[in-house]
Amino acid sequence: MVVVVVVAIGMVVVAALLALVRVEKGPSMLDRALGLDLLTASLVGAIAIEAAWHRRTETIPILVALSLVGFVGSVVISRFVAREPEGDEQVSSPEEVAAQARASDVMRTEQGHGGTAAAEAPDEQDEQDGGRTAGRGWRS
Amino acid sequence: MTEVEPGTWTNIADAVAAICLLAGAFLTFAAGVGAVRFPSLLARMHAVTKPQVLGLVLLLLGLSLRVRSWSAVAMLALVVAFQLMTAPVGAHLVSRAGFRTGKVDESELRPNEMEPEDGHGG
Repeated sequence: MVVVVVVAIGMVVVAALLALVRVEKGPSMLDRALGLDLLTASLVGAIAIEAAWHRRTETIPILVALSLVGFVGSVVISRFVAREPEGDEQVSSPEEVAAQARASDVMRTEQGHGGTAAAEAPDEQDEQDGGRTAGRGWRS
Repeated sequence: MTEVEPGTWTNIADAVAAICLLAGAFLTFAAGVGAVRFPSLLARMHAVTKPQVLGLVLLLLGLSLRVRSWSAVAMLALVVAFQLMTAPVGAHLVSRAGFRTGKVDESELRPNEMEPEDGHGG
């Protein structure tokens, strides 16, 4: 049983890592939603394997909760996804964001973009592209 | 948690559980490989939805064969029911949002059942 559990846990962990790779690569928010879906599923699988190993039943309610939470995440993302501007698919690194801020707008850099540059970057993009994104709208 | 006397049948149940766990973990692994390797959004949606749900069902089947208590089996059946209900809905919503925001190559869809001519687009 130990061999089975180790092999199974190994495969599930690799699946979770591959899901993380997909979350990082994107290229769109929907791909990230799929990656997070797979991440939740592999978490459920890992908990199930652990419960099977120790024959314990007290972790099973966690599986019920997780199987619903993963669904809500992907549904919310796909309901509120919008057309993303060209070149905005990748989440920028802090250095890229800082370089952009320096190059494009002196005022914004004066307001302080030090260590929190990465966290503030999406808001900034939304402000710049808000009009365009809303104008294109969804088909039909 | 074992409520059955150990014997031949419990050994058989453990062996079947081990097979189910391995098959389920392999299908989850296959879903991960598909999610990374497949080229388009719809292909990745397919990989993440179908093998992953079957893998999860197999893992939970193995778990229920291993714990052998009816209350646990009832809750695991609930998890399976949730997955079977929510996975198609989630996959449909993701692919529809991808279609509407132009992330799907429409020339690859045969037949394209969401053509704009019908005025609704799903």
